Amino acid sequence: MQKNLAVKAIFIIAVMLVFLFGIFGVPKTYSGPGLATAVQERIHLGLDLKGGTHLILQVMVNDAVNADSDHAIERLKEEMRARNISYNDISKPDPAAQPDHIQIKGVPPESSGDLRGVVQDRLPEYDLVSGAENSWTLSMKPGQLTELKNRAVSQAIETIRNRIDQLGVSEPVIQEHGLGEHQILVQLPGVDDPARVKEIMQSTAMLEIRQSFGGPYASEQEALQANNGVLPPDTVLLKGKSIGARSGDLAPTDQYFLVSRSSAVTGRDLRTAEPSRDENGRPDVRFLLTGEGGRRFANFTGAHVGDYLAVVLDNKVQEVARIESQIHDEGRITGAFTEQQAKDLGMILRSGALPASIRYLEERTVGPSLGLDSIRHGVMAAIIGMGAVMIFMLVYYRGAGINADLALFMNLLILVGFLGFSGATLTLPGIAGVILTIGMGVDSNVLIFERIREELRNGKTPPSAVDQGFGRAWLTIIDTHVTTIVSAFILFIFGTGPVRGFAVTLTFGLLANLFTAVFVSRVIFDWVLGRHQRGEALSI
Amino acid sequence: MELFRNTNIDFLGKKWYFLGFSLIFSIAGILSMAFWHGIPLGVDFRGGTLVYVKFTQNPNPDDIRATLDKSGLKNARIQRYGVPANNEVLISLELKETSEQALDKGKNDIIKALETEAPAGKQDLNNTGLSSLTQYLLSKDPLRAGTDADKRYAAVAQAIVTFRDKDRGGAIASLDELRGKTEPAVLTALQQDFYLSGFAVRNVEIVGPQVGKQLQKQAVLATLYSLAGMLVYLWFRFEWIYGAGAVVACFHDTLITVGAFSLLNKEITLTVIAAILTLVGYSMNDTIVIYDRIRENVKLLRRERLPDIVNKSINQTLSRTILTSGLTFLTVLSLYLFGGDVLHGFSFALVVGILIGTYSSIAVAAPMVVAYQEWRAARSGRGPVVVASENARREKVRAKA
Repeated sequence: MQKNLAVKAIFIIAVMLVFLFGIFGVPKTYSGPGLATAVQERIHLGLDLKGGTHLILQVMVNDAVNADSDHAIERLKEEMRARNISYNDISKPDPAAQPDHIQIKGVPPESSGDLRGVVQDRLPEYDLVSGAENSWTLSMKPGQLTELKNRAVSQAIETIRNRIDQLGVSEPVIQEHGLGEHQILVQLPGVDDPARVKEIMQSTAMLEIRQSFGGPYASEQEALQANNGVLPPDTVLLKGKSIGARSGDLAPTDQYFLVSRSSAVTGRDLRTAEPSRDENGRPDVRFLLTGEGGRRFANFTGAHVGDYLAVVLDNKVQEVARIESQIHDEGRITGAFTEQQAKDLGMILRSGALPASIRYLEERTVGPSLGLDSIRHGVMAAIIGMGAVMIFMLVYYRGAGINADLALFMNLLILVGFLGFSGATLTLPGIAGVILTIGMGVDSNVLIFERIREELRNGKTPPSAVDQGFGRAWLTIIDTHVTTIVSAFILFIFGTGPVRGFAVTLTFGLLANLFTAVFVSRVIFDWVLGRHQRGEALSI
Repeated sequence: MELFRNTNIDFLGKKWYFLGFSLIFSIAGILSMAFWHGIPLGVDFRGGTLVYVKFTQNPNPDDIRATLDKSGLKNARIQRYGVPANNEVLISLELKETSEQALDKGKNDIIKALETEAPAGKQDLNNTGLSSLTQYLLSKDPLRAGTDADKRYAAVAQAIVTFRDKDRGGAIASLDELRGKTEPAVLTALQQDFYLSGFAVRNVEIVGPQVGKQLQKQAVLATLYSLAGMLVYLWFRFEWIYGAGAVVACFHDTLITVGAFSLLNKEITLTVIAAILTLVGYSMNDTIVIYDRIRENVKLLRRERLPDIVNKSINQTLSRTILTSGLTFLTVLSLYLFGGDVLHGFSFALVVGILIGTYSSIAVAAPMVVAYQEWRAARSGRGPVVVASENARREKVRAKA
């Protein structure tokens, strides 16, 4: 019996040492401040405690689908021309709601077999359905569509991570959020002024170099008039700022430029982009193209000497320049940039384009002063709550109270040690979970002690009363823990950030409680009983 | 020491009082939800903009309202927040002024409106973030730092921001306070380009309409799943009527807690929902302890009437019920009193819920089981079947065989 007890005691001490290591690691010094820094390194605080910014972004995945279907329309037109299939019109009837639906009108009935062939060969990811009056509808296969959208989200996460890494934010969290809602959660500890970061994240940074056919025009009407009322095939009108405004001399006005629908090179062909200065010392961004992109650019500029090209960023014309001679692999983007803007733009271009635009759905900023206040309040409430419970247990159960208090203390130690091991974040509701664990954890002890008292009243000897007390209370303890852990588990699944922290501390607090209140308490009782003289009363 | 020793209170005899008490509170809550305050939803669920502002001097809400009105923010709600000595104010905007196209417009408008005394061309040091301050110092270069400028100015900016946030709680009253905290050349530069606005933004919460709806749905689902999870567990452990009794008790607790929020017009936020879900589990705890005892006593005391067994069981567990609820209540009360304003709603829900949860285990869950058995007995004219799960099943099996 005594030997058995010694083994159990050693086991308990070993567990405690393991979790103490979880809290402190191996501190460099054993002084107070040394231990404090050791704890700070191991326990991760949530944004609500250390301050920072929490953002939820919506990836507008339909942008990516639209880009894909635009591309499909281009390929379709090309192929139908090549195979001599005539048609009246190819367009997207509802790009906002059904970005993957493409309608082809006026295909002669005798060409329908050829059209099927085209779709099968060149657009295997689309389904073709015939409609009324020789019209056909293409829509993307559901599996492909889902994959395209998911790919857009993971690409956006990748790009945003690149950008945030370059901003030097430490320990950012960037992950998919919500269940299939195409949302991204971004947490930026220590960022209390999110305006600049938000702008950098939001910039889609779609860089394209296209051919320019005319402009600037003051308005869309003027552009149409200049082209006899119809835009030439495969061209679009894009907005841009007036050239004078871009060099900062005049107030900016919107102008329109007629540019090609397709681009010669895009941001994907960039090798680097660096901030620099133009001949007048104004900030601009210079870029170099990759080998493959450079070859394409050289071919394009070689064939179009004397024509104009437009540098388009996020569908806005930044610059129009005449092609004086063949250009190989370099270019520049000008605009009325400040030095900071030029630096940011270079960084954004290097990090790659977003596959779709993003929108901010939620923004929460906690200033560091509030976080500090919260920690202070939380710790204070925990100490007072725990103190009150411990004193009560001592007064009410006397000797056994020491037992309960010891178990409670170990419970807390294991919980905090667990936080250190698992890397789970401690939030303000998480601290509340710790406090609640104290209250609920002591419940197990009360259950057991009340049972022991009852058994003693019924005339049992102390050892058998302790035995019965633990045995009978065990089932009830399991019941109560299971119900609370069930609610905590559901909270963990549905909750976000701070609430999750609450679910985590509560669950692990109660699991640790099974060990401390049942196993540890029992060992202490057995030890006390072992030292007792036969017939001596139990202090409970 | 011992309280509640050998109590013998006739709880079931008081069931009509209990029923009255529960009805009064439930109906008051329901009436308030339906006709008075409704269910006051926090910003998490209804969407909108909240800006918590700390002033260096005691703010006057009327002045703030006048300032905001002047810049076109007519519907802003202005409340004092926390203890008066903190000089804190909560400014909130409705959802319709929070669009997803420009989510932080409302926040920026509020800050701009409050920066009334901005001298031309100067920035507000109290509302400048760490990165902007570092950028400023880098471009101004007051220390003529050489190659390690990046590192040096980052450290200088960090020191200033730390002093502002940790020592002064977010807002400095005068630039002179920085003397000795930073290098004289830096201070001179700051005095040229910065001023102090007399307030600092401590906390911002902006929730767009889409997230609000999403969170509402999640909260409702979480509550339902939680109740269903409990029911399944209870069904597994006890006869169905016990499960039903426990779920009714939980529903009763939730209703009264939400009703209390409605009556006092306190906002229900995400953390409050977390508290309520915890209460569902907690209230279930007490109920299960009593049911466990009823089940045990049913086996021991086969001769006695069910109401007597139930009464006895409640009395036997009373000491435990009151003690543990009391201790949990102690910790929760400490959270409510000392836990700070951020957790106020959360700890309020726990304080109310633990009181109600304990009451309902004794006054709702147990009497319901008795009432059902008596009703069944009266209908079929047979004696009540009083046995919980295991025995009942065994008997059923025997009957079939």
